[in-house]
Amino acid sequence: MKKYDAIIIGAGHNGITNAAYLAKAGLDVLVVEKNDYIGGGAVSRELHNGFTYSNCSYVCSMMRQAIIRDLDLPKHGMMVIPYPGALAMGENGEVFHSYSNDEVAYNHTRGVSPHDADGLMRLFADLSRYAQVIRKTLMRTPPDPTSFKPRDIKELLFLAKEFWKLGEREIYEYVRFFTMSAADFLDEYLENDLIKAYMAVSGIIGTALGVYSPGSAYILLHHVMGDVDGNLGAWGLARGGMGSISKALEGAAKEYGAEIRTGAPVEKIIVKKGKAVGVALENGEELMSNIVVSNLDAKRTFTKIMDRNDLPEGIYEKANNFKFRGSSGKVNIALSGLPKFKGAAENPFINRSSTYLIGSMKSMEKAYDCWKRGRWSDDPIVETVLPSPWDPTVAPPGQHWMSCFVQYCPAELADGPWTPEKRDAFGATVINKIERYAPGFKELILHTEIRTPHEIEQEVGLTEGNIFQGELTIDQLLFNRPFPGYAQYRMPVKNMYMCGSSTHPGGGVSSACGANAAREILMDLGKVNTVPEDDCYDD
Amino acid sequence: MTSKPLKFADEQLKRSPFYERQVELNPRDAWSAWNGYKHANFYYDEQYEYFCIRNLCGTYDITAMQKYIVTGDDAESMLDRLVTRDMTKLRENRVTYVVWCTDAGRVIDDGTVFKLGPQKYMLTCGSPCIAWLRKACFGYNDVHVEDASDNIAALAFQGPTSCETLKEMGLSGIETLKPFGIMTFPFKDTELMVSRTGFTGDLGYELWVDAAHGLDLWDDLYAAGENYGIQPFGEGALNMARLEAGFIMPYMEFNEALKTVHFEHDQTPFELDLGWLVDFKKPRFNGRAALLAEKKRGPKYTLCKLDIEGNKPAEESEIYSDKGCTKKIGYVTSAMWSPVVKASIALAMIETKHMDGELFAEIYYSKELRSYSKVAKCTIKKKPFWAPARAKATPPGPY
Repeated sequence: MKKYDAIIIGAGHNGITNAAYLAKAGLDVLVVEKNDYIGGGAVSRELHNGFTYSNCSYVCSMMRQAIIRDLDLPKHGMMVIPYPGALAMGENGEVFHSYSNDEVAYNHTRGVSPHDADGLMRLFADLSRYAQVIRKTLMRTPPDPTSFKPRDIKELLFLAKEFWKLGEREIYEYVRFFTMSAADFLDEYLENDLIKAYMAVSGIIGTALGVYSPGSAYILLHHVMGDVDGNLGAWGLARGGMGSISKALEGAAKEYGAEIRTGAPVEKIIVKKGKAVGVALENGEELMSNIVVSNLDAKRTFTKIMDRNDLPEGIYEKANNFKFRGSSGKVNIALSGLPKFKGAAENPFINRSSTYLIGSMKSMEKAYDCWKRGRWSDDPIVETVLPSPWDPTVAPPGQHWMSCFVQYCPAELADGPWTPEKRDAFGATVINKIERYAPGFKELILHTEIRTPHEIEQEVGLTEGNIFQGELTIDQLLFNRPFPGYAQYRMPVKNMYMCGSSTHPGGGVSSACGANAAREILMDLGKVNTVPEDDCYDD
Repeated sequence: MTSKPLKFADEQLKRSPFYERQVELNPRDAWSAWNGYKHANFYYDEQYEYFCIRNLCGTYDITAMQKYIVTGDDAESMLDRLVTRDMTKLRENRVTYVVWCTDAGRVIDDGTVFKLGPQKYMLTCGSPCIAWLRKACFGYNDVHVEDASDNIAALAFQGPTSCETLKEMGLSGIETLKPFGIMTFPFKDTELMVSRTGFTGDLGYELWVDAAHGLDLWDDLYAAGENYGIQPFGEGALNMARLEAGFIMPYMEFNEALKTVHFEHDQTPFELDLGWLVDFKKPRFNGRAALLAEKKRGPKYTLCKLDIEGNKPAEESEIYSDKGCTKKIGYVTSAMWSPVVKASIALAMIETKHMDGELFAEIYYSKELRSYSKVAKCTIKKKPFWAPARAKATPPGPY
């Protein structure tokens, strides 16, 4: 019977990245994927004639440049187009335009609030300073603070040095920042409610926290520490949709000899004598390997595809208690023409990028209140993006598709399980909200794909539909991700590893988790490391 | 209504036939000049315009490019003596890329020759060249050179959706046009010439019409391109695209020989890695003897395409053969971070004898008023950094 060097479960971007680096080191690698297509949360599918949706993730900024370059992803079809601005819509028709050109942005913001025009500059300087330290940790294995291994001590010293470089005062600020709410943090810079709300959105995306909840400030940073071609905080669209990133990774992995099998759901990780030895597929087939790498989230890995008896004491419970708290939905809409938002400038660079229908800080908190009560927000925060004007490959000429990211939408409803009717009612809530901001919108609709956390879990396999494979709160970050003592990608069963976003540095299409895990695996196997060092612009 | 006379009226830059439309699309007032014409550095955002070339489509105003119509029984012979390439092989309705040199084999300029009829050619180039062309006519009886630069409005129209846009505009059969081919279409009461040429390394065309119909062309093209992402781009975006394609630029890669003061601060075709343009099978052309001698000797420098580690553009860097940067062997002529290749790329003149050895660039950059430097390993690339299949495919596909 054939025995692979490594089997990776889940052909999402981290799984394929992991496979590419293991294959690059000469390992015989197989990726098994439950769906008939690859991509996980970085996936593009044509569900309506000529329209290719990015069904889950929809914008790109976190993808590590070192990986893009090292695996030559452009050769395999990856292209990221930065888009030049954004809009934020208030409750009473106020519109804030965020321009990428500094001078234009300053003039515009000054027209809204002279105080905030200055405040935003100070805010971006501070965020850049915080991001600069965090960015350096993305492609490093978190040190175990309780370990006396030279490597852990060295890594701890590295972190200490990076923090120390900030200066004494900033260290206090940094620690405060990590535990603050987005609202409290932004209050120190901004006075205009809409501008504040616009900035605060990044603090709650994908997370069951409100803008006033402690911990949301860090999530804000998580969303601005990426870059497009060195422009910190910039976001871009992947040409062909986010699935093109997974496809490019697939191209690289296959070039190195990795094998990918779709339509192959895993039933169990086979453990013998305390060692992972392969996987059993749902169809009964058994595939053997020296190591098994799970790209599934921590809960799914340990409670669904592993036997509780194969795990050491306490791991099952830890996995079961890992915080997901699904909170977001996604609505993808095919349109016969471009929608027109009330009050948006007649500026094609601005009025078709990210448009945040946010209301106010208060309405955002109210939206969160709904989640707490087990229902979707009746006035949800919706971020719409129109990829098609920027990408000729995703919709027929003159027609468009709109990605709507929706916060909040609970994984579990107070009034019983999700049903197709409830899903459609959720979709209607979102569409009605857009119609309010863009009259005539409904008439343009050709097709919709509505995804609540329930659909996301069923289809992609993300527990509770959490887009990050577990919340990005301080108790679940760095050496605590997924669990204290297991943050270095090795799991409690021998020859078993994790490489998904449940591990450091967490969610977002960065490929860092998959690459970091590969580096650890190669180290354990005594192979030469194939994973590059990160390419930080701040250096 | 009488308007006040413009101050310095005689010193104003010329306006291209497309200016009326361009000015509306240039909110940043980002203008420079080219051959006396007001010329955009960029319109809305340089990076965005660059991505139009690689992802959608965009126009670049090449009206300011010099355009010479060469006619007469001796036109072919005259051009054949002028340039290093064999002009007798150029078929009608085809375009070819050429350089022309001094007797010493130093490059005067590069450009394209269009064969428009049995005895009719168009030569285009970046800098005025009429005096040299007149000299090149010496000894021929029937050749006439007309400077048509100001009479022809021209737009480079480049990018993956350019062919679809031209189809939408009603240019039927445009998808059958092969690279370096020419097609003409009736347009209003005149003729529109389309060549499948460009300076971006991507799918693209150049559109030529008499200056009086410039605005008509612009309006028709922009109406057709509305759903294909059409956007004007300026020199900034063009310069990025041409570097990715590995194309040379005057006063970046080469110093025009007729304007060069210092000895051998100009270049030969071999130094510019354009040896493939020099056809010694031709018995006679300007610079032949000098170039033959150089071919035997080997060029002192060779222009190389470099992939440089790290993310800092190696602008104005020196190239060394050792990591300690003690032995200088060359210099970077153009450099950038390439957003589509995701690499730090450059063109550099490197001493030919050192090309096979290790190469290091010393890169300077600044961060908040402080200056830093880095030494980065360079790898020579043989092929253009960017060469998508659609650029050569016929038909090219929808994007």
